[in-house]
Amino acid sequence: MSHHDDLIATDVLAYLNVHESKSFLRFITCGSVDDGKSTLIGRLLYDSKQIYEDQLVIIEKESKKLGTQGDKVDLALLVDGLAAEREQGITIDVAYRYFSTNKRKFIVADTPGHVQYTRNMATGASTADVAVLLIDARYGLQEQSRRHAYIVSLFGVKRVVLAINKMDLNNFDQSVFNAIEVDFRKFSENLGFLDITCIPISALNGDNVTTLSNRSKWYKGPSLLNFLEHVDVDQNSFEAPFRLPVQWVNRPNLDFRGFSGTITSGIINVGDSITVSPSGKRSKVKEIVTHGGNLKTACENMAITLTLEDQIDISRGDMISTSDSPTAQADQFQAHILWMNEKELFPGRQYLLKTINKTVLASISNLKYKVDINDFSEVADKTLGLNEIGVATLVLSAPIAFDAYADNRKTGSIIIIDRQTNETVGVGMIDFALRRSSNVVWQDLEVNKLIRAKQKNQNPALLWFTGLSGSGKSTIANLLEKRLLDLNRHTYILDGDNLRHGLNRDLGFTKVDRVENIRRVGEVSSLMVDAGLITIASFISPYKAERQMARDLLGDKFFIEIFISTPLDVAESRDVKGLYAKARAGEIKNFTGIDSDYEVPENPEIEIDTTKLSAAEAAEIIVKYLKDNGFLSGYDL
Amino acid sequence: MSTIKEFLIRVEAYAAISEQSVSTLSRKLLNDGKGIARLKAGGQCTLKTLSTAFTRLENYERDLLGKDNVNMTHLEHLEAEAIHIMREVVAQCENPVMLYSVGKDSSVMLHLAEKAFYPSRPPFPLLHVDTTWKFKEMIKFRDRRAKEVGMDLIVHINPEGLAKNVGPFTHGSAEHTDIMKTQGLKQALDKYQFDAAFGGARRDEEKSRAKERIFSFRTVQHRWDVKNQRPELWNIYNAQVKKGESLRVFPLSNWTELDIWQYIYKENIQIPNLYFSEKRHVIRKDGALILVDDERMPIGPDDTVEEKMVRFRTLGCYPLTGAIESEANTLPDIIKEMLLATTSEREGRIIDADSGASMEQKKEEGYF
Repeated sequence: MSHHDDLIATDVLAYLNVHESKSFLRFITCGSVDDGKSTLIGRLLYDSKQIYEDQLVIIEKESKKLGTQGDKVDLALLVDGLAAEREQGITIDVAYRYFSTNKRKFIVADTPGHVQYTRNMATGASTADVAVLLIDARYGLQEQSRRHAYIVSLFGVKRVVLAINKMDLNNFDQSVFNAIEVDFRKFSENLGFLDITCIPISALNGDNVTTLSNRSKWYKGPSLLNFLEHVDVDQNSFEAPFRLPVQWVNRPNLDFRGFSGTITSGIINVGDSITVSPSGKRSKVKEIVTHGGNLKTACENMAITLTLEDQIDISRGDMISTSDSPTAQADQFQAHILWMNEKELFPGRQYLLKTINKTVLASISNLKYKVDINDFSEVADKTLGLNEIGVATLVLSAPIAFDAYADNRKTGSIIIIDRQTNETVGVGMIDFALRRSSNVVWQDLEVNKLIRAKQKNQNPALLWFTGLSGSGKSTIANLLEKRLLDLNRHTYILDGDNLRHGLNRDLGFTKVDRVENIRRVGEVSSLMVDAGLITIASFISPYKAERQMARDLLGDKFFIEIFISTPLDVAESRDVKGLYAKARAGEIKNFTGIDSDYEVPENPEIEIDTTKLSAAEAAEIIVKYLKDNGFLSGYDL
Repeated sequence: MSTIKEFLIRVEAYAAISEQSVSTLSRKLLNDGKGIARLKAGGQCTLKTLSTAFTRLENYERDLLGKDNVNMTHLEHLEAEAIHIMREVVAQCENPVMLYSVGKDSSVMLHLAEKAFYPSRPPFPLLHVDTTWKFKEMIKFRDRRAKEVGMDLIVHINPEGLAKNVGPFTHGSAEHTDIMKTQGLKQALDKYQFDAAFGGARRDEEKSRAKERIFSFRTVQHRWDVKNQRPELWNIYNAQVKKGESLRVFPLSNWTELDIWQYIYKENIQIPNLYFSEKRHVIRKDGALILVDDERMPIGPDDTVEEKMVRFRTLGCYPLTGAIESEANTLPDIIKEMLLATTSEREGRIIDADSGASMEQKKEEGYF
């Protein structure tokens, strides 16, 4: 390989060091049949000295045989691989090409531009950070070019180079260049590109491809290669929330249980709190394991294995996130779909839907519209054919953890597989989750407690926490609510803090007032349960009769009494709010346990002994009770 | 006050690393461009202000630390991608195998497998399709490495070919390769009912490979249908196959020859000595230097066995693999030679030289 780098001959170790620290860029080239795309890539390979002499000899021979470029070497022959296309003189699939400079290694997805090959361009765009759109200066912005720009934007490519080619044919006429640039910028206003760079080139002669040409002195920007070497594509990844789709559970022996996967965004540190979707379980990162040694920190694109502080059940298909920003999960989506198979899409048919690490059954329940790729208008249709793009609703057999494609290409993308042939027949980009409420029509039904609850994918209940002051009611109730929220449930906590300051402001702590306090709490809880919420009431509620009153109001089915059992001396020794001290000093009257009785519940549904269990364990027991008794449908999916 | 002192020390350190001016940082941390200057001059602030500023500073420090990590090199990218691919196969397929051809690409692939499943052992066996004409040293190296890594090694030799004594000298290179290599591979895959086989092929090796998928589908007859390949987007890989169908999976698809060598050098990966130059006995046959590896080598009256400093750029069947004269006996020297070479690595192989589309036909028929 004719790397004309003096370092190789003089100091190969220094050369290796330079090349070991190279960065990495994937880009896609798109253009119509005769825009000169293969010639451009051939030129990049040729000019960056990536071609062996024996390859060149073969190409020279073939160039003469085919006569496409007169006596000159047809550089396109370097990249047009398959026999069929060599005969037809066109590229018919995605080809990947590799070259590198001292600064970067490049992977080029070379994709064809004709209408029927939208799917190939989509393939190349799906992993590209930059798109190089070729425009033939003679014809300006064609329908094809618009289509290419639309597809790369749809697939999330944010940076575009408009390589205006064949400028040698108009002697590098600046007005031609400017007109095309203006046209393109106007057209692409709504395509969401972060950056558009226009470069006048001649792929055939190499002007402005690797070095700036003196035939276009008016052009002040970078050469194409210079741009590609310097464009910064890593800048967003760091701030994104941490996502690790679990690929494989690493279990070499009983003492090691690791979760292997490639980080799709963000960073993770040892000690970070994590949440697992869909179970909602939480833990902390114990180790970040790699073959080369454990790490303290790992970031996007790294393939790692995590071990956790707690023994929690995680399997392939789960997603590990940091607890401050867990992934959403849902079983109904709106998505943009590109169909890739000759057999058209059948709405309602069951397909396999595959995310980066999970496969579920799914059907396309409703095709909202098809995109006319020529003018991007929305067209009503019942199905999608090969290379057609549409917006549709997907219904899955089980929920998946996901991000919107706009936020994360790797956790927002899906492929659709035919169950009979196992072919990949379509791909999708998730726009957003649909709640059942937003699309299902309820008008012809009477809206009641159960329907409201069903909409929330849960059975409502009143979880009544009773126990001494300082027994741990609020702590456990708050943890429980967080857990339920992680599981996508709808909850509300009623406690002294939010009721005594408003609704019950007029009540004191005499026995009469306490009874009235609990009556009101019972009534408010009843309304909340009727609204379909899992309601948590956390009150000392010392008297059996009042707790029974609340139970009667809700009905046994919806009332779960949870006794937080803490001996008085333990609660008093905790004395978080300093109330016991004040009560002992006589500053507070009627304080339960001191000078007012607490009547221990006889048959609570759940009893928690806080001298034996931590608050988190207590919350877990309650979640298990709810799950086992059918309050959390779909928990295990 | 010591906390203010600590804060100022850390601000200065951060300013130096992040190349930001202290007044910019002051604005960011204290909402006041002169705040830090005042603290330096002995000024005071409330504990709450200081605590907020500390939290912000810690976030910035963490960002900076992370950003250093974000800039993965191209080799780290390639390594992570290959590991992801291997883990996908193990998670999705029932009975995968790694084709181990003993060459440098296989060595890299084996090393990556050790990394991908660490601390577990790679959960699949190695398969070597032995044509009986490999360099002796390759076989020794193969057996030793399999033992060191602790993986099962399956060696398959086409029994019909063996019975007929098929060899390159008697049957010609094309027939030998087809029977002993292509047919042998198919036999082994059928015999053990592997539904996925890792191969070390790279897309940069040859033009028809540039379009091969990473998860490349094969029919029950092991055929590759170029025009009907499964689309492959993002890093979502469709590994669904029916009984009898299989996948060839290429974790090194996006590596180039230089990447392979650079990685071998960086990771200190073992490769057979044949890659390093030493004095070896060779005969010139049709312009190529062929190693006299065993007594089956026909030595005619006009042939002269010479002792030359030679090494090999690729490893295959010894009668079909030409050596190059070279003094390179260290990795850096090999890499230097590779970089300065003017011919591509497959040129030494007889299989590519027939015609432009030959490899594509071979692949459709099931050649790896």
